[in-house]
Amino acid sequence: MDKRFIIAVYVDNQSGVLTRVSAMFTRRGFNIDTLTVGETERKEYSRITISMHGDDNVKEQLVNQLKKLYVVKKVDVLEVEPIKRELMLLKVENKSENRNDIMTAVDVFRASVIDYSPEGMCIEVTGTPSKIDAFVKLMQPYGILEMCRTGVVALDRGNKTLFTEED
Amino acid sequence: MKLNGAQILIRTLIEQGVTDVFGYPGGQVINIYDALYEYKDEINHILTAHEQGASHAADGYSRATGKVGVCIATSGPGATNLVTGIATAMLDSIPMVAITGNVPCSLIGKDSFQEIDITGVTLPITKHNFFVSKIEDLADTIRKAFSIAKSGRPGPVLVDIPKDVQVGKYEYEPQPVVEKIPLPKVKESLIDKAVELIAEAKRPYIYVGGGAAGLGMGDDIVKFAEKIGAVIGCSFMGLSSVPQDNERFLGMQGMHGHYASSMSQNEADLILAVGVRFSDRATGNVSKFAKTSKIIQLDPDSAEVNKNVRVDLGLVGDVEDSFKRIAAKCEASEKPAWLARVNELKNQEKQFEEEIAAAAKAPLTPKQVFETINALKPARTVIATDVGQHQMWAAQYAHFDGPRRIVSSGGLGTMGFGLGAAMGAYVATKDPVVLITGDGSFGMNLNELATAVTYKIPVVIVLLNNGVLGMVRQWQTLFFGKRYSNTILTRKTDFVALAKAFGADGYKAETQVEFKKAFEAALASGKVSVIDVTIDKDEMVLPMLPPGGAIADIITKV
Repeated sequence: MDKRFIIAVYVDNQSGVLTRVSAMFTRRGFNIDTLTVGETERKEYSRITISMHGDDNVKEQLVNQLKKLYVVKKVDVLEVEPIKRELMLLKVENKSENRNDIMTAVDVFRASVIDYSPEGMCIEVTGTPSKIDAFVKLMQPYGILEMCRTGVVALDRGNKTLFTEED
Repeated sequence: MKLNGAQILIRTLIEQGVTDVFGYPGGQVINIYDALYEYKDEINHILTAHEQGASHAADGYSRATGKVGVCIATSGPGATNLVTGIATAMLDSIPMVAITGNVPCSLIGKDSFQEIDITGVTLPITKHNFFVSKIEDLADTIRKAFSIAKSGRPGPVLVDIPKDVQVGKYEYEPQPVVEKIPLPKVKESLIDKAVELIAEAKRPYIYVGGGAAGLGMGDDIVKFAEKIGAVIGCSFMGLSSVPQDNERFLGMQGMHGHYASSMSQNEADLILAVGVRFSDRATGNVSKFAKTSKIIQLDPDSAEVNKNVRVDLGLVGDVEDSFKRIAAKCEASEKPAWLARVNELKNQEKQFEEEIAAAAKAPLTPKQVFETINALKPARTVIATDVGQHQMWAAQYAHFDGPRRIVSSGGLGTMGFGLGAAMGAYVATKDPVVLITGDGSFGMNLNELATAVTYKIPVVIVLLNNGVLGMVRQWQTLFFGKRYSNTILTRKTDFVALAKAFGADGYKAETQVEFKKAFEAALASGKVSVIDVTIDKDEMVLPMLPPGGAIADIITKV
């Protein structure tokens, strides 16, 4: 029954807005997987992208509760297969016996090494969350020192936007 | 016209039609109080004994009229004292604007004297809140606050105004009263779907909640029930929204609801829910609630549809409009079998009530108290309550002679709500106000007796005194093996003397005759009166659906 879904929210670009949105999640007992927030094509709004999992009830409640917040201007569950991207920085131990394997993985995943020292290297990977998951798994045997992921950003395909849709 | 921020605030309140505000002065609202002094001919300020009392008064003011209630408090403890009142309004969707002062912007975030982040504190208990950082935004923010408070599903809004904004000067231009943002009308196809479901129903039950309370739809609902052969029940918040004397009205359902109302709801094959949110106190165990029934829900708030129970059809938008359109399209239909069954349930209920009355040990029972009140209270009386057993008895026995005649904390269940709210209701309506309270609840905020006496607010306080925290005791009796942990009040309070000490009248009543005499005298005196009514400590509120239980678990006698 549990499905993954992505919700895009346009909110007023003001201080305290993220608090209002995240406080609502806490109060209503929603567990979210990732949340990103940033500027949009309209300077008065920020866009929050939430990825989470749950059944249809959870999805429906979350959308409706978001719509009730005064700072929320538009909420939409993105269509089944939106364009999804996530970025990760991952620092891995640089042992000579593993170096070739790591470099091969970096090549295959179209990742890039953005910092290099004899003890460790930092790799940047972009892609869908599942691609990032796979890369993390691949690096585990080599000794991951530190990593950080941005969370998902997503847009619908085609020329459709949140503001062109009819309710 | 250039005014300072405090003047702009008060002028904007006046512009928005506010005639009465409740509050308490303090260091960070001195300027606001100075402006109140200046405009005292245009706006009336009621000084309460405690900010909590002010918040409940603003709430009661709104419940009795539908107008937006306004309260004012200073920063820090003044603001936090409003919190319970704001939360009470939030849970019952009561429009309120709470105004707080705060330290100047230069001192914000430095843990200054009496500084608290009240917008942070009230974030989950307001519909929305504002911190006004610039005087340019002040008047429009107040207008927005009123618009949000009264539009859609109403609720409380807090506006926090730092001292420097109150002191600064800016242009003020009066504006018209902000109108409610109209609710969307439901699509015709959905109305048709509802009409179809109603046409198929053999046992329809119209379930009315607080969302219908203020709309004055009572007569329409009764007419519709007669047309389609339905019966009517209500949630606690729906009390007073439907004329009580109609035979199709079965009263409140739920945990302490009328037997026939809860049972019919359970046996119905269609529930038409009008502005009601299926609270746990109303449904019991949701997985066993209304299993045989289709549900149509009319609500202004989309998040209420499918929140607590899954419904077959949700009509989100203008409740009154949807209801009227459905009513106009439905075919008339008599349902004698359903009404016969409901009558059977009503007879069973009568029998239970007689058994309960016969088992009573004390010379004066709560039911008798309400019989006397119902018989003697003047027309248009507002009945306010606190929270506990007395509140449920009021819900079961009190007669409300029109919409907005009950003022009581439903969702939050705030003990100590009653006296402040009763004062607010009186200030708003000047109608007679009776407060039903208990010795537990009354003890929480009885300081407001001072306010009622000062402002000559003639509330008749009927204090059902059983010397225990009766509702918790009832649970302890039924579910905790009579282990009466901290619910026996071995206090020595003399309520008659206490009333007199505050400048009010005090009466004591131990029999129905004594109560009748005291109640008549209190009404006639036009003074604040406390009637200390002795009732039995083991009197229970029945029937009772145990928490989380199903209709089959209903307790009708002990």
